[in-house]
Amino acid sequence: MPPREGTYGLLAEFDTPGDLVRAARQAHDDGWRRLDCYSPYPLEEAAEAIGFHRNKVPLLTLLGGLLGGAAMFALETWISVLAFPIDVAGRPTYSWTAFVVPAYEWTILWAGLSAAFGMFALCGLPALYHPVFNAPNFRNGATTDKFFLCLESLDPKFDLLETKDYLEAFDPRSVVEVEY
Amino acid sequence: MATPEVKIDERRIDPATGEFRVIAPGETLRSVTEKVTRLVLTPHTPLGWFAIFGIAGAGTTMLMVALTWLFLKGVGIWAVSQPVAWGFAIINFVWWIGIGHAGTLISAILLLFKQSWRNSISRFAEAMTIFAVMCAALFPMIHVGRPWLGYWLLPLPLTMDVWPQFRSPLMWDTFAVSTYAIISVVFWYVGMVPDFGTFRDRAESKVSQYFYGILSLGWRGSIKHWMRYETASLLLAGLATPLVLSVHTVISFDFAVAVLPGWHTTIFPPYFVAGAIYSGFAMVLTLAIPLRKFYHLENLVTERHIDNCGKLMLITGFIVGYGYGMEAFMSWYSADHWEAFTFWNRAFGPMGWSYWTLITCNLVIPLTLLWSRKLRHNMLFMFILSIVVNTGMWFERFVIIVTSLTRDFLPSAWGTYRGTKWDYMTFWGTVAMFTFLFLLFVRFLPMIPMNEVRLLLPQSKVKPKVKAEAGD
Repeated sequence: MPPREGTYGLLAEFDTPGDLVRAARQAHDDGWRRLDCYSPYPLEEAAEAIGFHRNKVPLLTLLGGLLGGAAMFALETWISVLAFPIDVAGRPTYSWTAFVVPAYEWTILWAGLSAAFGMFALCGLPALYHPVFNAPNFRNGATTDKFFLCLESLDPKFDLLETKDYLEAFDPRSVVEVEY
Repeated sequence: MATPEVKIDERRIDPATGEFRVIAPGETLRSVTEKVTRLVLTPHTPLGWFAIFGIAGAGTTMLMVALTWLFLKGVGIWAVSQPVAWGFAIINFVWWIGIGHAGTLISAILLLFKQSWRNSISRFAEAMTIFAVMCAALFPMIHVGRPWLGYWLLPLPLTMDVWPQFRSPLMWDTFAVSTYAIISVVFWYVGMVPDFGTFRDRAESKVSQYFYGILSLGWRGSIKHWMRYETASLLLAGLATPLVLSVHTVISFDFAVAVLPGWHTTIFPPYFVAGAIYSGFAMVLTLAIPLRKFYHLENLVTERHIDNCGKLMLITGFIVGYGYGMEAFMSWYSADHWEAFTFWNRAFGPMGWSYWTLITCNLVIPLTLLWSRKLRHNMLFMFILSIVVNTGMWFERFVIIVTSLTRDFLPSAWGTYRGTKWDYMTFWGTVAMFTFLFLLFVRFLPMIPMNEVRLLLPQSKVKPKVKAEAGD
């Protein structure tokens, strides 16, 4: 990706979650689509407000779990029936009930790993750099007790001066320009 | 019947909802953050921390000495022999794994049940799980005699073309315990990522900024990330719940699948799981009570947390008691000569003292005294009780393993068992290692999950717009 220059977006800082949610909902209603909220804890109302209703983590988890379980069951079957059959008084080599336990554990293992790593991958993490950290007030509040709304410059409605006025109307603590 | 008046502290009730508060009144998003970050980001480590760290470090060194001698000489330095071929190693393994279970219960099962009070104690309960699993996993590793061949447990394409036997519960154990360890670490780490972000943003020294910056993976609190994060946390909790129930079930299969009297019972899986959670809550209290006192966290880990843990111990204690009762009943009802003898031998044989220690520590003391609300709110009492229950649960495993093995089917094969000094050094060494790791955890990692505690504060709720009044 070529290095970007210019403005990433405008960042408005709010004191309460309520102010953030109202501003975000209004912005979304006004047609903003390239926008994000930042909060120090999961704030479901804000996600609803910007129209982020569902995510792909459950699907990844399901796929991971099914693959993990199937892989272990297949491995056990292959080992016990073909690769290393052990004859114990003529008992069947394909004793699937005994194979259920490790397959069950691997279903959970791979579902869990898919949930965690899939979540990070969907979020684009780990990330060594992100423009919002350039905002002078971001690090003092976003992970402590402040709430941020960022309208991004990639949105067609974005205009540096007009958008700044638009955000000022929500009565935030501050509105700052975020550089790439 | 008159019920005694219960005095309720008004300050403990939230005026908005009328419910009992979890977090003490007056805490805000910033005060919680500062309280937790200060513990880690301060350059001053309390002297008491160094003192306990030194003792725990010495104990861990003792463990290393014991293990070195073990690897040089072999398992003959332990008391394991015929007929007791499973001794301290398995007792300690089951005991430690059991302790880990309450951590997962608190972090996963109570999350699913929306028991939000758990938020402030979930992190160190998870840490307890991980360190307990590490101590536990050590024992199967070292007791195989040739620990450098431990990788034979895994289905690896080795040149000798030998593959593991998947019909053995010991093989199931490998997968259950390794999955449990991995999922616990992942769950723990995922939970800490936003808190690492807070540390990164509040750290003053360059080293801490880099250290926590790397650990935080660049977390910035985007609401889209939070929603995926919440989904992943719930899913991990949903996965950890059947996992934790399966782990001790599989461990109980190690015993229940054998044909030995005293082991071959169907009550083992549920009774092992309940016992695991029982001992785990005891360990949570053993850790939480000194920690909240030492680090002045009484506002975050409140008496209500201790009280709730006490109630959960009461429930699981009764399930364990049912298990003991069923064992006794079945030994009579089965009309099996060997079963009846094993039970009689447990209670009245030469090692009967261990059975009565376990009954006293696990049933008599806790299940009579924990009913009292006053005692559940007495921190010193709860601390002592937690030690008592931990002792009792260790003896439970001792009784199950040793008394069943000392009396073989033929009296000519009977024997006895007495741990050697190496057995005790290894056991107490793991206790020291657990403490050692836990102290490193409280010094360098967020022991209270800030992002979850923030959710418990009234300030974090979205409220309708009101005109700000002067002085508000």
